[in-house]
Amino acid sequence: MDTNTALKTEFNDVAPRQQLESAVVRFAGDSGDGMQVTGGQFTLSAALAGNNLATFPDFPAEIRAPVGTTFGVSSFQINFGSRVIKTSGDEFDLLVAMNPAALFVELKGLKPGGVIIVDTGSFNARNLRKAGYLANPLEDGSLDGYRVIELDISQLTLDAVKEFGLTNKEALRCKNFWTLGYVFWMFANKRKETVDWLRQKFAKRPEIAEANVAALNAGHALGETSETADGFQGFAIPQKEHAEPGLYRTVMGSEAIAWGLVTGAKLAGLNLTFCSYPITPASSVLHTLSNMGEYNVSTFQAEDEIAAACAAIGASYAGSLGVTSSSGPGIALKGEAIGLAIGIEIPLIVLNTQRAGPSTGLPTKTEQSDLYQAVYGRNADSPLVVLAARSPADCFDVAIEAVRLATKYMTPVMLLSDGYIGNAAEPWLIPDIDALTPFPVQFRTDPEGFHPFVRNPETLARAWAIPGTPDLMHRIGGIEKDYDSGHISYDPDNHQKMTTVRAAKINGIARDIPEQSVEVGPDSGPIAVVGWGSTYGPINRAVSNLLDQGKTVSHIHLTHIWPLPANLGELLGQFDKILVPEMNTGQLLTVLRSEFLAPAKGINKVTGQPFKIRELELAITAEMEA
Amino acid sequence: MNVVTPPAKLTAKDFATDQEVRWCPGCGDYAILKGVQKTLADIGAVPEKTVFISGIGCAARFPYYMATYGFHTIHGRAPTFATGVKLANPELDVWVVSGDGDALSIGGNHLIHLLRRNVNLQFLLFNNEIYGLTKGQYSPTSRAGTRSPSTPMGSVDNPISATQLALAAGARFVARAVDSQQKHLPGVLVRAHAHIGTSFVEIFQNCIVYNDGVFSDFTAKDKIAGSQIAVEHGKPLTFGADSQMGLHIKPGAFEIEVVTIGEDGITEADILVHDETNKVLATLLAGMQGPAFPVAIGVLYCDPAPSYEQGIEAVKQRTPSKTGGDINALLRSGHTWQVD
Ligand SMILES: Cc1ncc(C[n+]2csc(CCOP(=O)(O)OP(=O)(O)O)c2C)c(N)n1
Ligand code: SF4
Ligand SMILES: [Mg+2]
Repeated sequence: MDTNTALKTEFNDVAPRQQLESAVVRFAGDSGDGMQVTGGQFTLSAALAGNNLATFPDFPAEIRAPVGTTFGVSSFQINFGSRVIKTSGDEFDLLVAMNPAALFVELKGLKPGGVIIVDTGSFNARNLRKAGYLANPLEDGSLDGYRVIELDISQLTLDAVKEFGLTNKEALRCKNFWTLGYVFWMFANKRKETVDWLRQKFAKRPEIAEANVAALNAGHALGETSETADGFQGFAIPQKEHAEPGLYRTVMGSEAIAWGLVTGAKLAGLNLTFCSYPITPASSVLHTLSNMGEYNVSTFQAEDEIAAACAAIGASYAGSLGVTSSSGPGIALKGEAIGLAIGIEIPLIVLNTQRAGPSTGLPTKTEQSDLYQAVYGRNADSPLVVLAARSPADCFDVAIEAVRLATKYMTPVMLLSDGYIGNAAEPWLIPDIDALTPFPVQFRTDPEGFHPFVRNPETLARAWAIPGTPDLMHRIGGIEKDYDSGHISYDPDNHQKMTTVRAAKINGIARDIPEQSVEVGPDSGPIAVVGWGSTYGPINRAVSNLLDQGKTVSHIHLTHIWPLPANLGELLGQFDKILVPEMNTGQLLTVLRSEFLAPAKGINKVTGQPFKIRELELAITAEMEA
Repeated sequence: MNVVTPPAKLTAKDFATDQEVRWCPGCGDYAILKGVQKTLADIGAVPEKTVFISGIGCAARFPYYMATYGFHTIHGRAPTFATGVKLANPELDVWVVSGDGDALSIGGNHLIHLLRRNVNLQFLLFNNEIYGLTKGQYSPTSRAGTRSPSTPMGSVDNPISATQLALAAGARFVARAVDSQQKHLPGVLVRAHAHIGTSFVEIFQNCIVYNDGVFSDFTAKDKIAGSQIAVEHGKPLTFGADSQMGLHIKPGAFEIEVVTIGEDGITEADILVHDETNKVLATLLAGMQGPAFPVAIGVLYCDPAPSYEQGIEAVKQRTPSKTGGDINALLRSGHTWQVD
């Protein structure tokens, strides 16, 4: 059966579709409504249609919050279109609300005049009450400023899947695919990939697969054949204009990190030993790598975060690349072990997928408030390397950079991602691994003049001699080491010297990383907006928009947080004002002020939601005019 | 043709480093060090393939004195570092050395998980029933009422039994030895080394400074015969100067009692025979305390099962390869599209 009727629809269109350069769609429903799957399938079809895109899954902390409640609302947002997409979008063009709670929670994000699709079947007294509505918003005129498409999706779904003999509960579970079919019609997207996906996913239960396919087709057919109240005929998004040629895929941040680590390990010529303890939102990296044994990866789910960090260090000690991964609370537990890795100077990658805190905080909400923890969060003078990824695809490159620095300098590297980057997806020009420059590790084998802390005079990295190597037996540990022999030493002057050399080694890495450049805008001028991590998208778009308006403003974005790029102080000195937007209360801000005495100011937000482009534009403009 | 000269057989001395040993004079750790060095020589250990890993404490200084690879890590976590080492290179011969505080207090959780995973290594617990390195506070194995700098009126909490904990955690090899009994200790260590999986050995170790003589009621020379029972697989569980005492299942009860051969109609045939594969018996032996019972030493339990590394390898073997390890193919799997 050929299910692809999108082309035909275009021809049949009576009224023209509404043209948009890009669109923001938010799917919202109950935790059990399958909104994340729906969003994922929509993303795939948008990507295959050649759109640029960015996504933002936003789900509750509870696995199954009580049905129909506002805190059980699970949402998925996608921004897609022909222009370069840098964020998951500010306000939505289309809101899909599967129940009153979803409408209640999400309506504030909808554009004035935006489109709402509601399942009227779920707008009963009970659900309205649970959502906190005193009157039915579909009837009291409160939605007058929007285009509301009322569909009894529950009933339409039941009708569509009747022939498959499912239970009522099973049948209603097809609601999300009915809705997806309708939204596909709205954007003239193709259904084939989703049909294939359903048939593969439910290969063991073909009746479920076919019921969902039928629901998808029915939703799509209704869009084609019925007329909405105001004759709305859906949207048309033109194809993306100029993308770099090549083979593309969508990639999520957690996947890109996993693949980047594996690629980095290969470039270093090492096996990867990934040790972790489950925690939201970091677990997906563990899940991805657990299935990658054929790429010389072993994964270890330890009994706690401390054990995970220590096992990773043990693996590095034995000649593998040890990686440990967690989110802020787990990173706190790893602190003592990271100190040991600094003391014995061994490669280790510590991945922190940040979330809102302190303590459990908002586990599923994003924040970038672990920068202090990364740079300063250990006892004693214990410098390490800190890197931050700016987008899902960037995770791949930054993970490789982490492996390069960890192995070349015999040091732990903290790699910062966050819940937003980890879960979000974007299109990715797939790199050719064979075209990347390898950086093979040379284990020490020569006993001549060996002790475990003999250093490379240039990098100051110590020799990496692994158990199993004849004639290099040695003992290392957390007690201070003698600079000249590597034996334990309690000598005060030696401790001074070792502390200095550990810091000099890390500081010296500034010579081995790219000079800081300016993303957009002039290299000197009235104002620079300096960011790091996942604020890249909104900052870049806000600054670009202001440049388009003829304003003079520049965007600088840091990947290397510690050590900072060698030219950064000088570069910042070229600007009259410096603004630092962060999803914390001003952490990079403190670092820049203390390192460069820079007159920087912060723009800070900790609502668990990414910056909106508009709010940044306003804040930057205000500072320019101040 | 290559002529391979057999490597000269190493002696105990060859396993000693040139580092100054910093334990207190008379500390039981010296005797254990000697026993381990002798064991390595006896089993023909290869120094470069041998790794000693420890946490923190007096006992944990051990690796510095062994001419092998050594890793002195952080307090309580040695099992986790050792697990990482074995994940990266299962060929290495790993010995973990730990104290009672290190293994059972701060690191108690890691010990449990090491044992249930059955990582193939030797775990030596030097039990002196005290925190030596931090100057004598009571430890999780200290008997209730122990007076120490932090419990001047005597400790309140009940001690933990290291061997019973090990058995409960799923250890497949549990043994005991005494620091000063140099004829017995290496034999236990040789058995521990031969066992595949985690071999757990508790060694009673005298801390001459902070807990001197705490085990003397069964380790003093004149007490050994009457208050220790050295168990051996397949041999009757007898003790005493002329082996006239033995262990016997109390009729009508699920417990053991001490009996004397020749008294109350007891003959040799009534004495329990040690079966080291019997976990129930091992648990009973591990629980015996003086003065009512002799303290059991030797291999209490040995019942091998596949090690963690063997399990991991088996999973690897049955995991289908999708791309033959080609990362480029991996990145190109799933949905892709071409932009020209
Ligand atoms: C994180 C941490 N907490 C506390 C200490 C202090 N400390 C070092 S060794 C030790 C106890 C050692 O007792 P045990 O393990 O029985 O070894 P022993 O010295 O008796 O051989 C303590 C509390 C430490 N080094 N690290
Ligand atoms: S304090 Fe006790 S255990 Fe530590 S070295 Fe001295 S005697 Fe040995
Ligand atoms: Mg102790």
